[in-house]
Amino acid sequence: MRFLILALLAGLAFAFPARAEEQVTTFTLDNGMEVVVIEDHRAPVVVHMVWYRAGSADERPGVSGVAHFLEHLLFKGTKTMEPGEFSATVARNGGSDNAFTSYDYTAYFQRVAADRLELMMRMESDRMVNIQLGEEDIATERDVIIEERNQRVENSPSALFREQHNAAQYLNHRYGVPIIGWQHEMYDLGLEDALEFYRTYYSPNNAILIVAGDVEPQEVRQLADTYYGVIPANPDLPERARPQEPRQMAERRMTFEDPRVAQPYLSRSYLAPERDSGAQEKAAALTLLAELLGGGTTSILTEKLQFETRKAVYTGVWYSGLSLDDTTFDLTVVPAAGVTLEDAEAAMDDVITGFLETGVDAEHLERIKMQIRASEIYARDDVSGLANRYGRALTQGLTVEDVQAWPDILEAVTEEDIMAAARDIFSARNSVTGYITAPKVTQ
Amino acid sequence: MIRVLFAFVLFFAALPARADVDIKEMTTPGGIQTWLVEDHSIPFVVLELRFRGGASLDAPGKRGATNLMTALLEEGAGNLDSRAFARATESLAASFSYDVSNDAVSVSARFLSENRDEALALLRQSLVNPRFDEDAIERVRAQVLSIIQSDLKDPSEIAGRAFDTLVYGEHPYGSSLNGSLEGVSALNRDDLLAAHRAALARDRLYVSAVGDVTEAELSAILDQLLGDLPATGAPLPPDADPNLPGGVKVVDFPTPQSIARFAQPGIDRDDPDFFAAFILNHILGGGGFESRLMQEVREKRGLTYGVYSYLLDRDGAQVWMGSVASANDRVAEAVDVIRAEWERLRTEGVTEQELQDAKTYLTGAYPLRFDGNGPIANIAVGMQMEGLPIEYIATRNDKVNAVTLEDINRVARERLDPNSLTFVVVGQPEGISGTIN
Repeated sequence: MRFLILALLAGLAFAFPARAEEQVTTFTLDNGMEVVVIEDHRAPVVVHMVWYRAGSADERPGVSGVAHFLEHLLFKGTKTMEPGEFSATVARNGGSDNAFTSYDYTAYFQRVAADRLELMMRMESDRMVNIQLGEEDIATERDVIIEERNQRVENSPSALFREQHNAAQYLNHRYGVPIIGWQHEMYDLGLEDALEFYRTYYSPNNAILIVAGDVEPQEVRQLADTYYGVIPANPDLPERARPQEPRQMAERRMTFEDPRVAQPYLSRSYLAPERDSGAQEKAAALTLLAELLGGGTTSILTEKLQFETRKAVYTGVWYSGLSLDDTTFDLTVVPAAGVTLEDAEAAMDDVITGFLETGVDAEHLERIKMQIRASEIYARDDVSGLANRYGRALTQGLTVEDVQAWPDILEAVTEEDIMAAARDIFSARNSVTGYITAPKVTQ
Repeated sequence: MIRVLFAFVLFFAALPARADVDIKEMTTPGGIQTWLVEDHSIPFVVLELRFRGGASLDAPGKRGATNLMTALLEEGAGNLDSRAFARATESLAASFSYDVSNDAVSVSARFLSENRDEALALLRQSLVNPRFDEDAIERVRAQVLSIIQSDLKDPSEIAGRAFDTLVYGEHPYGSSLNGSLEGVSALNRDDLLAAHRAALARDRLYVSAVGDVTEAELSAILDQLLGDLPATGAPLPPDADPNLPGGVKVVDFPTPQSIARFAQPGIDRDDPDFFAAFILNHILGGGGFESRLMQEVREKRGLTYGVYSYLLDRDGAQVWMGSVASANDRVAEAVDVIRAEWERLRTEGVTEQELQDAKTYLTGAYPLRFDGNGPIANIAVGMQMEGLPIEYIATRNDKVNAVTLEDINRVARERLDPNSLTFVVVGQPEGISGTIN
């Protein structure tokens, strides 16, 4: 039984990677653009993606949301294409296209018949350097992103709560600022803000090309050389060093009230290390810890709070090791009817304390590892998923080798590794605890 | 952050297909019909089961029973209680999911070749011998009640509910398949057993399998898996009679952005004009950024993040539906623009260029849907539910291409009906006064 109010949080859930080296070829163009080709010849389809190592956490202060705003504006015209012509051309070729922005990356993709790959490369390489924007594009599209924020955030107390929670977690890093932007700053986003971001970050030496599907690496290489290889590297590409977190020394607690909240719940996050290139072991241990504590019906939190004490109707734990800088380890408890948030929090803390005393159940760990092994098989059925995995990793500080080593690193994690990771992570000073609830009705 | 949610584009995903996909139609010795696509390149199998009827089979006064029953299928079966069943599934790295709509109970299974028999034995227990233990009922009931409670304050859910109530009235489509707080609180174990017998029967079953399995193996698997289900289930409900009076119903809810659902009468997919209407809808609001509604409401005016229309072809009702969300002080303009576009399309029709563009998109996108065992299995079972033959795969693009400009513009004049276009708006919209109570 999935729980709906937390559906958005599920985006944080990690996916186990695939053992799919045999499908993957990588190379680098002369201008520094990395290329990953993932072959799957079962259907005559190709996914063409360009990922930029630039996301909302690369924005300068005061223009939050500009990375995402620019993503929208890339669908306006270039020197040779009319506004809207890009998507219209993809559609006229039977394809679909879209884009997405996160803290650490912005990515554009098209899904088309394999024989249309060249056209996609021609258009995508064009808008890497040639966009042309007018003030009227800016005004209308700014209204669109404001409505997007209304839809995703302003209309959802859970989303507002998450924003506040994140902002409390990060004292210095831009991960504390929402990807879509703070509402008051979005109103003032202008043409020059978007162009500045574009000129700074959109260049072949800051981009990764991923082509997945019914293609041959040699063909991709030729086309990539023709369309992307001719774009000069940007010699002024800044080093990617964002403000880092200081020592966190004080536990933070917050209560968010909104009359639209029907089901109160609590969330707890801890600042956590991420997967680093060549050093993914700690993140692997945290990945398994999250599974043991909160990964489904047999997890410890579910067992204790939903089956035994029945203090919760839902529990969940998430850890996403894919992040350029410090990430978070998150727990959520939705209390059962009649159970207060304070009670639910105490029960959650009891489970953590109990786990630190009793340790890992070997059979439970083996079940999780079995699922990791199986996920390598299942993942081969979804070539778009594989493409995303490489795109996210390569824009977040990892290499192809790191991606391919990850299943073995997970497999090698021991009970002791997990307990050591657990003892490190559960430190109140690094944590934020939030309650979301409807305001009490005054008599 | 995806730029646009293509939620409704998928609505038609059940129809097109790759021309060279090799589907075998077969009947097991036990009489179960199925479509099979053999693909031995990856050592696993996807199995899709659909039982027609779903939550529409809820007995009078028992709304929510089929939903609660379906949620409990994975909560203990045979000699395994809830947790033992989950542990067993995890040990095999199989995945079973059980879902319900107002037209079907859906079971999706994915399992490895290396432990296929064990996985299928578990799946069989959950379908044939679910336990419905009292403690599991109480636990899952509490989850459902929590969801119902949350939906009561979710503007999107409120809009869906208000729309369904207005349009479908007393028909099962007119109420949430979750049931009400009072109704779900009153359900007991006997109600769930009855819902199980009513919904999971072989006379309404559709099956597809894709992956590492042969015809002979699948025959034996399906008879073993499904042979002990009852031969017949509960009768399907009569068709709904959608009430679309035209005008606007406003539901007051304090939130910054209003959410609107709108609809006019739809078209059955057996109707000779179906393909013309399908292309017409693509041009109106079905086709991503290029549709007229997206161009006029979003691209030109910035009134919304997304506006869509789609032909909703349910088993017992057809409506031509759409949705939009705009800030409270802008939604009135969005509604006006949608109405104007509806009228303009009816009177002026589409251009030859629009028709050509729609055809190239629809026929070009057609083979792209079959890119994996999972998607193929879904499409194969969906086609059977729609009553489409395997040959449809080879003829579908021809049917799209056969629609002429005269056809589509005649269908626009005959079928688009701005007078019956009915809006439900949830929020605090400015400048909109409701005409429907």
